[in-house]
Amino acid sequence: MTALARPAGLSFRLDRRILAPATFIVFGLIDILGFGMYAHHGDATFAFAPEFAKVTIPNLSLPADLTCYACGALSLVAGVLRGTLPLSKTWRRVLLGLVLFAFVIALLCWADAGQLIPVNVVNLLEQTLAASIPLILGALAGCMCERSGVINIAIEGQLLFGAFAAAVATSYFGFLWLGVIVGSLAGGLLGAMLAVFAIRYLVDQVVLGVVLNVFASGLTGFLYDRALVPYQNSLNSPATYLPLKIPLLGDIPIIGPVLFDSTIFLYITYVLLILVQVGLFSTRWGLRIRAVGEHPLAADTVGIRVLSTRYTAVIIGGLIAGIGGAYLTVGSAGNFSPDMSSGMGYIALAALIFGRWTPFGALAAALLFGFTLELQSVLGTLNVPIPSYILNMAPYVATIIAVAGLVGRVRAPAADGRPYVKA
Amino acid sequence: MRLELRGITKRYGALVANDGIDLVVEPGQIHALLGENGAGKTTLMNVLYGLTQPDEGAILTDGEPVTLRSPKDAIAVGFGMVHQHFMLVPVFTVAENVTLGSERTRGLGLLDQRAMRREVLDLSERYGLRVDPDALIEELPVGVQQRVEIIKALVRDAQVLILDEPTSVLTPGETEELFTIMRQLKAGGRSIIFISHKLKEVQAIADVVTVIRRGQVVGQLPPTASDSELAALMVGRQVVLQVSKTPAKPAEPVLDVRDLRVEDERGHAAVGGVTFEVRAGEILGIAGVQGNGQTELCEALMGLRPVTAGSVHLGGRDITSEKPRQRIRDGIGYVPEDRQADGLVAAFSVADNMILDVYDRPPYARGIALNLGAAKENAQARVEQFDVRTTSVETPAGTLSGGNQQKVILAREFGRDLRVLLASQPTRGLDVGSIEFVHKRIISERDKGVAVIIISAELDEIYALADRIAVMYEGQITGFRPPSVPVEELGLLMAGADPSGSGAAARAEPGPAVTEPADEPVEPGLGEEIL
Amino acid sequence: MSDESPPVSPEDQQPIPPEDPAALDVTAPAAPAAEARAISGGRRPRLGRLVIESIVEGNTVVVTTLAIVAAIVAGGLLIAFTSPAVLSAWGKLFSDPGNAFAQAWDAAAGAYVAMFEGSIFNPHTVGAIFQQKSLGTAFSDGTVAQVFNPLSETAVNATPLILAGLSVALAFRAGLFNIGAQSQFIGGAIVCTWLGFGVSLPPFIHVVVCVVGAFVGGAVLGWLVGWLKAATGAHEVIVTIMLNYVMADFLSWILGTSSMQRPGRSDLVSPLIANDAHLPLLLGSQLRVNASFLVALACAVGVWWLLNRSTIGFEFKSVGANASAARSAGMSVSRTWILVMLIAGGLAGLASTAVVQGTDFTLTFQSYGTFGIDAITVALLGRARPGGVVLAALLFGALHAGGIAMQASTSTPLTITTVIQSLVVLFVATPPLVRAMFRLHRATARGGAQSLAKGWNG
Repeated sequence: MTALARPAGLSFRLDRRILAPATFIVFGLIDILGFGMYAHHGDATFAFAPEFAKVTIPNLSLPADLTCYACGALSLVAGVLRGTLPLSKTWRRVLLGLVLFAFVIALLCWADAGQLIPVNVVNLLEQTLAASIPLILGALAGCMCERSGVINIAIEGQLLFGAFAAAVATSYFGFLWLGVIVGSLAGGLLGAMLAVFAIRYLVDQVVLGVVLNVFASGLTGFLYDRALVPYQNSLNSPATYLPLKIPLLGDIPIIGPVLFDSTIFLYITYVLLILVQVGLFSTRWGLRIRAVGEHPLAADTVGIRVLSTRYTAVIIGGLIAGIGGAYLTVGSAGNFSPDMSSGMGYIALAALIFGRWTPFGALAAALLFGFTLELQSVLGTLNVPIPSYILNMAPYVATIIAVAGLVGRVRAPAADGRPYVKA
Repeated sequence: MRLELRGITKRYGALVANDGIDLVVEPGQIHALLGENGAGKTTLMNVLYGLTQPDEGAILTDGEPVTLRSPKDAIAVGFGMVHQHFMLVPVFTVAENVTLGSERTRGLGLLDQRAMRREVLDLSERYGLRVDPDALIEELPVGVQQRVEIIKALVRDAQVLILDEPTSVLTPGETEELFTIMRQLKAGGRSIIFISHKLKEVQAIADVVTVIRRGQVVGQLPPTASDSELAALMVGRQVVLQVSKTPAKPAEPVLDVRDLRVEDERGHAAVGGVTFEVRAGEILGIAGVQGNGQTELCEALMGLRPVTAGSVHLGGRDITSEKPRQRIRDGIGYVPEDRQADGLVAAFSVADNMILDVYDRPPYARGIALNLGAAKENAQARVEQFDVRTTSVETPAGTLSGGNQQKVILAREFGRDLRVLLASQPTRGLDVGSIEFVHKRIISERDKGVAVIIISAELDEIYALADRIAVMYEGQITGFRPPSVPVEELGLLMAGADPSGSGAAARAEPGPAVTEPADEPVEPGLGEEIL
Repeated sequence: MSDESPPVSPEDQQPIPPEDPAALDVTAPAAPAAEARAISGGRRPRLGRLVIESIVEGNTVVVTTLAIVAAIVAGGLLIAFTSPAVLSAWGKLFSDPGNAFAQAWDAAAGAYVAMFEGSIFNPHTVGAIFQQKSLGTAFSDGTVAQVFNPLSETAVNATPLILAGLSVALAFRAGLFNIGAQSQFIGGAIVCTWLGFGVSLPPFIHVVVCVVGAFVGGAVLGWLVGWLKAATGAHEVIVTIMLNYVMADFLSWILGTSSMQRPGRSDLVSPLIANDAHLPLLLGSQLRVNASFLVALACAVGVWWLLNRSTIGFEFKSVGANASAARSAGMSVSRTWILVMLIAGGLAGLASTAVVQGTDFTLTFQSYGTFGIDAITVALLGRARPGGVVLAALLFGALHAGGIAMQASTSTPLTITTVIQSLVVLFVATPPLVRAMFRLHRATARGGAQSLAKGWNG
């Protein structure tokens, strides 16, 4: 039960080789029959600059229905190619990216067809990136843990702990930077609990993660009811970080405001992405962590301390997730509310699997899921006739589609989920 | 370095795995440790390598006692171990595996890939162990992987090399190459401890042979000792060197396999067009080093793996697309090679395991209701019949010894009316007594008229049991031979060479990169080993 | 006395080689059992000695009980030290230690007493009887019934937990982790409610049809998860959690549409179901305990029979214990996954009848409460065995019923019950931890080896 990737040796009904092309074709059909046919007459306009920007770029107007058909056709072609030609890994990913991109374009065209308000691409990208931050950080946390061989389903709980601790600490003591640190430590605390129960007491790691999430939800919920509601002003009214623009880089058209004009959390995310990537794949410690996650016995026989390596990796993961949690409060909304992570921890895990347990792979997947998280607000401003509750489902449905249809053959670290017991 | 073990004793609860073992290995000596499965060889080596601590006794190097609390200590003292199951990370490169634990870095912990590569190339040059530092382990053939293991030990300047059953994964030709490497290392002043249960090899390479039985040293002999002397010491009694077997009386063909093609998990062809037939009352032995498609062939014959082309006929009927359950009902018995993973449910009782394939049919079930009483009776009868040593039929099968677990599987399979028996590595990891038992049972099934296919990497087992031998190499059958075939010829077939000397054997698909030279003549007499 | 265990010899028992994932010839992992047999020597100890030994040495029942005690204590500490009165008393710890401890004790004990009174027995209700004119009056105006109200509330709260817990437990036995009890509950609830108000049928049939509908609604969602796993290998943990969120949103949406919204209301609530779709009450009109409790118990028996006496259950357990061996023996792992998730989904769907047909008679966007989450803790505490699930569900049902009363009378938030539940489960998973807390000796009896390994498995 403890494996996250598909169990090997068991045959599945739908061949992976049909699944991916079929999914592409389904997307294409939705583009054509859904978005294309039902688009209002007119053009969809895309704006590329925030108001009051220094450099302006003209809006792009596209005939909505035709663009949808074009996107659909592109996806159908991609599906056929994927199904018939033997493609290299890179090309397969490129095709996947194209199909998803086409789907988004078609969706936006359909939403904005004939409307006066343009789709502000810069805002869209900003929102997506912002929504992805806890997903990226959560996925990085999962990456650290799983690469060392410990399944981390408790990312959700770590986010909650981080959010709660950051809000309370900042609110009570008044220092924003304290919020990030305390949030991180709170995530690390839950990480330590995960580590102890999984490594020392050999508890089934999937079950453990879920129970820790229940515990985190219960504890933060209880403390919220008990302390944060009656003492809201002192305990649950933290200040929040304001965006911090990086000079020069922040003025580049389109990508400047998106990538270089955001809260400090985004910059921390950049740094952590690079640190984890370099750390895991180019340093001595990373090699050892990965060895412990692939073949702990081999690592043991060359003198690597398997258990302490795992402890370290899991706790570091917790610290990272705690930062992600802190973002949810002091980085955006401000106050804490129960269960405010709403499944983002699990989505982060799905992003990690989708990204094949690599930081930048997880980044791409997280951005995708982040977009779905923002769908409700993006389409809401465009008066799209889909009920908000249905739009809210988007990230969750997307995750299901991702893990079912698009993941394909992934290889988790070979010893993932298997506790190491010395003879 | 002179290595001495004095009075090493290791207990696991009430079981004494090593009992007062004394051993002396002189510098520059190839010292063979001979013993059957379960004799305590592996435990002794784990003690020597620091993987476990002895309860009593001492280890001395050049007269000085050393304490080894972990492999790191053992490496520091100068021991290097080449494990039977390689301690290599499959997804890492050769260089990464070799330097793991003592990586070369350039500041801030960043790995120095170039230095790592250079180190590997240096060593491989010096000892003739050719490897590509950037190759991924999982893409290398087993013989090359073993070379990486050896380099790993040498990189840490091992003075005493421990080789644990190194030839179990090699063809006879590769075994010879290994022996050449060992002689070279010995010439360089290193000592080698060579652990094996194969008499002929030990006689071929060792300078001195120490025999271990039931955790104790029972004798030390020169390699010139005879087979029967060594065997008697190893097993503790006079051993019949051949299983007594009446000649086969094959009848009509029962299983007919035509041009079968099967893919592995990654989509490569594991079995590339195999054709053979097996008659009732005959044993076909499929020989070959593991990893040449035997596992996939077996799974395909059982319906556990889809077939991409070709057909399988049972008694004239095409069963190629039949599900496993139907094949079981048709009378195919299956003894899987990994009994713990595929043969038994360890948490289930012996009784439940006995009905694992027939639980849904009378008398064990009526509709969907189970008849546990019938299951228990059945199990009790079979446990007696097959001499399974267990406290009761309700004990979990996972607590039985390897031999008894295998007996449970046999009891289950042989308890049905079989037309075909598929047995893959049926005696792996078993002690001599169990091996004899299993072989006798298989032969009695054959005499009942069952068509038997044995897949084994142990040539002695093939020679002992088979009425006809087929050799598999890289997914194809490279030849059929009678059991009188000399082992050198078998060895060539197992390595994909053409015994008639007219060039390389036919290959359907390019296999993994082979970097060895053409095979050299094998030493005579490497066949016919005791059971 | 004859020695029952056979002599331990190398042919039967072989040492454990170092745990090696690649090893194909692992011989018997028999050391703990061998040790146990050797030590106990096969002589049958006397009953009294057995009892004492099991307490001291920590077998599963003892460990479970102690884990519950430990969790309650931890919960008590949490209640006490988040109370402003207690905190201020502790601020003056050194000047008035007695008061500090008294305050802490009062806070915790007060909460737990309220919990007990809300779930098991409230002495005041007995007192109220004696204030009535006669026993007859006491019966007729429901004062006597009130004595049983806490127990009734426990049963009412436990019923959906039994069913949802059985759902999770059954899936566990087949090796699947069904965290989607919430989504299956909602699926069943929607179908059940719609059949309840949208269709008119004769009385008894209406009840049965709604119950069956609830099962079907949940079973469809369960089937979906099983099919996805069998066809694509999608991990059921992620899929079921995602479905939980999807169905919660779906419920909110559908309750706002004309097909399911109560006429005349703008909030998310369904029409009341017909009277003849209500489940009959068991102990009179004053108490809420109803037939769904019996349905739940019957299902527990049914699941027990399925798992232990049927061929289907044999398959489930085989696939759960060793899918590869099951497959080699001819079982279809895919079919097993789909079937078990279908039944598990149905059971979770049935849990909704307790709410929709048993107590609320309507469906709101919050009807699913915390049942999905609680089901997991119930199944884990009950060790995935039907009997254990019933007991665990009763315990946590009591916790919940008591918690509501506790929240009402001491304003301690209800969420403490979630904390206590998860702590119980965490403690239960780590016998070594509990033993260390209570200084129990290492278990050496026969059950010891099993309970040592991986606390929640088996």
